Amino acid sequence: MHMADALISPAVGGTLWVATAGLIAYSAKKAGNELDDRKVPLMGVLGAFIFASQMINFTIPATGSSGHLGGGMILAILLGPYAAFLTMASVLTVQALFFADGGLLALGCNIFNLGFFPCFVAYPLIYKKIAGENPSRNRILIGAIAAALVALQLGAFSVVLETLLSGISELPFGTFVLLMSPIHLAIGLVEGLATAAVVIFVWKAKPEILSAASTSTPIGAPPIRQVLIGLLAVTVITGGVLSWFASSHPDGLEWSMFKTAGTEELDSPPHGIHEALASLQEKTAFLPDYSFRSEAVPEQATEAPAEKEATWPAVAPGTSLSGLVGGALTLVLALLIGIALKRRKKVAA
Amino acid sequence: MGHISQQFFDLGYLDTLASGDSPVHRLDPRVKLITTLAFIATVVSFDKYSISGLIPFAIFPAVQISIAGLPAGYLLKKVLWVSPFAVLVGIFNPLIDQDILLHIGSIGISGGWVSFSSILIRCLLTVTSALILIASTGFDTLCAALQRLGVPRPFVVQLMFLYRYIFVLMDEATRMVRAVSLRSFNSGAMHFRIFVPMMGHLLLRTLDRSQRIHLAMKCRGFDGHIRVIRFMKIRSTDIFFATGCLTFFIVLKYCNISYELGHLITRLIP
Repeated sequence: MHMADALISPAVGGTLWVATAGLIAYSAKKAGNELDDRKVPLMGVLGAFIFASQMINFTIPATGSSGHLGGGMILAILLGPYAAFLTMASVLTVQALFFADGGLLALGCNIFNLGFFPCFVAYPLIYKKIAGENPSRNRILIGAIAAALVALQLGAFSVVLETLLSGISELPFGTFVLLMSPIHLAIGLVEGLATAAVVIFVWKAKPEILSAASTSTPIGAPPIRQVLIGLLAVTVITGGVLSWFASSHPDGLEWSMFKTAGTEELDSPPHGIHEALASLQEKTAFLPDYSFRSEAVPEQATEAPAEKEATWPAVAPGTSLSGLVGGALTLVLALLIGIALKRRKKVAA
Repeated sequence: MGHISQQFFDLGYLDTLASGDSPVHRLDPRVKLITTLAFIATVVSFDKYSISGLIPFAIFPAVQISIAGLPAGYLLKKVLWVSPFAVLVGIFNPLIDQDILLHIGSIGISGGWVSFSSILIRCLLTVTSALILIASTGFDTLCAALQRLGVPRPFVVQLMFLYRYIFVLMDEATRMVRAVSLRSFNSGAMHFRIFVPMMGHLLLRTLDRSQRIHLAMKCRGFDGHIRVIRFMKIRSTDIFFATGCLTFFIVLKYCNISYELGHLITRLIP
C-alpha cells in the first residue's frame, strides 16, 4: 500500500508533501500544547513498537496468507490523534529512508494515506463514536474493525487517485478501484480484528491506559471542524494544482508520445539542436503555452489511424535505434565512471 | 524469522556505513538532503515514455556510491527487494497500452513496455539515491539537518526517539518470536490465538519501558528537548557540490545526452 516514487508525478508528490507538512506542523503544535514530557518517550517507544510488531505475522486460517497489526489505528487509540499522527509520520519516514518503502517524494502521499485517514477521520468519527468514554469489549471490537476498514478503504482510494493523477500507470480508474478495494477490505478486516484483540488485551490488563489516552485529548467540535476545514483547503488546493496540471496534458495517457513524435516528424530534420528545442518546448508546455499542442492533438488523432502504419515504420527505426544505442552507451559510461573512481581510490589508499 | 533478523541487520548495517569517512560523508547533511530531493523530483518529472533521457541520471548515484565507498551490490539487492508495488502496478501498462511505439529491426515494441521499463528505471534511480543519502549521512545527523531546515521540533524529537528504540524493541520482538518458534517446533505458522497475547505483552512491556525511560530522563533533567552538539557549517565544497549537481540535473532534463551520443555513433557507423 506504500506509494512508490516511480509511480507519481512531481505535481502530485509536491502537493501531498505540502499537505502533509501542514498537518505535521499543526499536529506538532497541538501535541506540543498537551504534551507533558511523559508523552515524549511514550510516542517514541510506541513508534518503535509499531515497527517491531509489523515484522511479526500471524497466519490467517484457510487462506495461506498472513497479516499483521496495522499502525495508525492502534496508535490513535493509545495516544490520541495528534500524537498518533506524528508517530505514524515518523514510522513512515524511517521506513522510507532505511527500507526504501515508498520513497522520499512519495513520503507525503504515504503519510497522508496511512496517517491522516486513521488518525483524523476514522478514529474521531468512527472509533470514538462507537467505543465512547466507557468502552466495553464488544464496542472496542466493532469500533476498531469499522474504523480500520474505513481508514484502509479511504487510504486505498487515495492511492488510486494519486496514481491516476500522476499518469504514469496505465490502469483505468474502474479497474484500479476494483483491484485495490476488495484487497484492502480483506486487509482492513484482518488488521481491525488484530487491533481490536490487542486493544482488548491491554484494556483487560491495564484499563487505566486506555482511559488516560481517551481523556487526555478531548475531541470536541472545534478540532474536528478545523481538521475538516483544513481538509477542504487541501482538496481545493490539490484540485486547483492538479486540474491545471491535467489540463496541460489533456489526453496524456494515450497520445503524448505520438504527439511529440508526430511534431518531430512533421517539421524537423531529426538533428541535435532541433531535438533539444523540441523537448524544451515540450517541457514549457507544462505552462500555459499550450495552444500549439492542443491544435496538434485532434489533427494527429484523426490522421493517426491511417498514417500510423505508413509513417511509423519508415521514420521510427532511426530515432529508436539512436535512443537505444545512446542509452546503452550512457549507462556503460556511468558505470565506467563509477568503477574508475573506485579504482583510483583504491590506488590512493 | 529470517525476515525480522534481516531488517535488523539492514538498520545496523546502514548505520555502520554512515560512520565511514569520505568526501560524500563530509558534505553538509542539509545540502545532501536537498540535492537528493532535487534529483528525485527531476527524475520523476520526465514524460512517462522516457527511457534514454533518464539513463544519464545514473551517473549521480554511481559517482556517489564509488566516492563514498558504499557496497553497490548490497544497495542494488535492496532496491530489487523493495519495488514490488511499483512493479505490480506497472506490469499492467504492457497489457493495456499495446500501441506499437518503436521498432527494433522488425520487432515492434508497444508503448506499455516502454513505459513499464521507464517505471523500473525510475524505481532504481529514486530508491538508490534515497539509500545513498541515509548510508552516507546517518540518521541522527539527518534529523539535526531536518531541524535546521525548519521541521517542527516535536517531530524531530519523535524521529530520534523512534530510531533509538527500534533496536531495543526489535530485539525484544525477535526474542519472543524465537521463543514461540522453539516451542512450536519451528512450524512457521503463528496462530491468531498466540499472536494476540504476544503483541499485547509486547505492548505492555513497551509502555512499562516508556515509563522507566521517562523516570531516567527526569533524573537527568530532561525538559522535552534533545540537545545535540554538532556544528553544521556550509563550506565552499558544499556550495560547489550543490550548484554542480543542480546544473547537471537541469542540463540532463533539457538535453537528452544519450540520444545525442547515439545519434553521433549511428551516423559515424553507417
